[in-house]
Amino acid sequence: MTMATVMTTTRIIPLAWAFLIAGCAAAPSPQEADQAALAIMKGSFREQGIAKLDRIQQDELQQACSGEKPPSEATAKRIETAQLATVQWPADGVYLGDWREGEKLAQNGRGMTWTDPAGVPSGGNCYNCHQITKAEISYGTIGPSLYQYGKLRGVSDPAAPASTDMLKYTWGKIWNAKATNACSNMPRFGHAGVLDAAQIRDLMALLLDPKSPVNAQ
Amino acid sequence: MKAPALALAIFVAVPFAHGQTNNAPSAADGIAQYRALLADGNPADLWEAKGEALWKQKRGAKNVAFSDSCDLGKGTGVVKGAFVELPRYFADTKRVQDLESRLLSCMEAQGYDAAEIAATPFGRGEQVNLEALVAYVSAESKGMKFNLPQTRPEERLMFEVGKRIFYFRGGPYDFSCASCHGEAGKRIRLQDLPDLTKNPGDGVGFAAWPAYRVSSGELWGMQRRLNDCYRQQRFPFPGYGSDATIALATYMGVQGKGAVSIAPSIKR
Repeated sequence: MTMATVMTTTRIIPLAWAFLIAGCAAAPSPQEADQAALAIMKGSFREQGIAKLDRIQQDELQQACSGEKPPSEATAKRIETAQLATVQWPADGVYLGDWREGEKLAQNGRGMTWTDPAGVPSGGNCYNCHQITKAEISYGTIGPSLYQYGKLRGVSDPAAPASTDMLKYTWGKIWNAKATNACSNMPRFGHAGVLDAAQIRDLMALLLDPKSPVNAQ
Repeated sequence: MKAPALALAIFVAVPFAHGQTNNAPSAADGIAQYRALLADGNPADLWEAKGEALWKQKRGAKNVAFSDSCDLGKGTGVVKGAFVELPRYFADTKRVQDLESRLLSCMEAQGYDAAEIAATPFGRGEQVNLEALVAYVSAESKGMKFNLPQTRPEERLMFEVGKRIFYFRGGPYDFSCASCHGEAGKRIRLQDLPDLTKNPGDGVGFAAWPAYRVSSGELWGMQRRLNDCYRQQRFPFPGYGSDATIALATYMGVQGKGAVSIAPSIKR
């Protein structure tokens, strides 16, 4: 039996890259592979639920950080400066909320997938990648341990002027981690609209409030 | 099956993990023990048996059996050794195909509507039969080493494309495959993550799928594995048998050259 008449699966091939391989030598040039990859990305996904196709339209940072190797130091610096300018600082100067709410958010890995309904606030996903409290042993290791985060950084009174720099640094890290590390694995939680300012305050309290189990235990 | 298995997971994992604050290898050890206990009676056997029957059964409007019609790359009807050489280029469809997209082409030749099956949600309709077939076909290569052909320009291009897609960052979280699978020794919660930028070893990563998933009681092929990765990456939905998924499989399979296949394996 021949399958020369089998057409349906071949229809999936985007014409944009089908002709590319016709002219290829045994090894494709990097440019040919780049073009084919973009055409294939474009032709392989469909929207589902809240996950629309604009999610695979990369911004400049995503594009620069999609190589096997990181971008040049100059590019990374330029990206970090641009990302830092996007950080929205708390208008009222209040950086800390409730660490109990922060712990719930840190545990919550839901949100933004095509199976999540629209309009439900996202969790922080923090334990997926970080150790945070001593009590929670189910934590990931992609990010550094945040256990005793405030204590190790000398934050004994978050209201003291000496703590301001650490509060700002941490807020910036959660709002837009790329402001200090261009290709960080960490999402830009505030910048991307995953978490709002009130949620970020609660996560800040989990990390920096001396009464939080992160620092008290 | 489900409830006792989960209870066992908690029983085994927690005592070993308790009191470890830093790199908790003992939690991972506990999970490894739990998997070893389960592997003795892998329910994937049931899918394999069903898949073997389907392979030999005359089906579809054309009433033909795969054993008389389906070429997985080693010749018509040949199953042994086919899995560890996929994805590969097929002249009749003029495509590089993975196991599942190839089975879909074979079903189309039987008279099925491939586009309709590709659009069917996992675990429903003919997708259920595809699960059984991938279990059977992969099991026939158990213990063999991955050796994907890279002789055709189309195959080399798919490898290069797969590498680029592996590192492609997007979505609201800026994730790529490499965000989780770009470094050795990392975890999400307690789940170990294979480093897929290199050969992660025998029976790890690409060499461990299809797999029976204890947590859902289902048999997942690589298509479903990748689909759920993309869901968690917060990407839009990758088409079943789409070229992006085949390119990724080519990248992982070529990287894993020489790794021994243990598929269908058993996963939490």
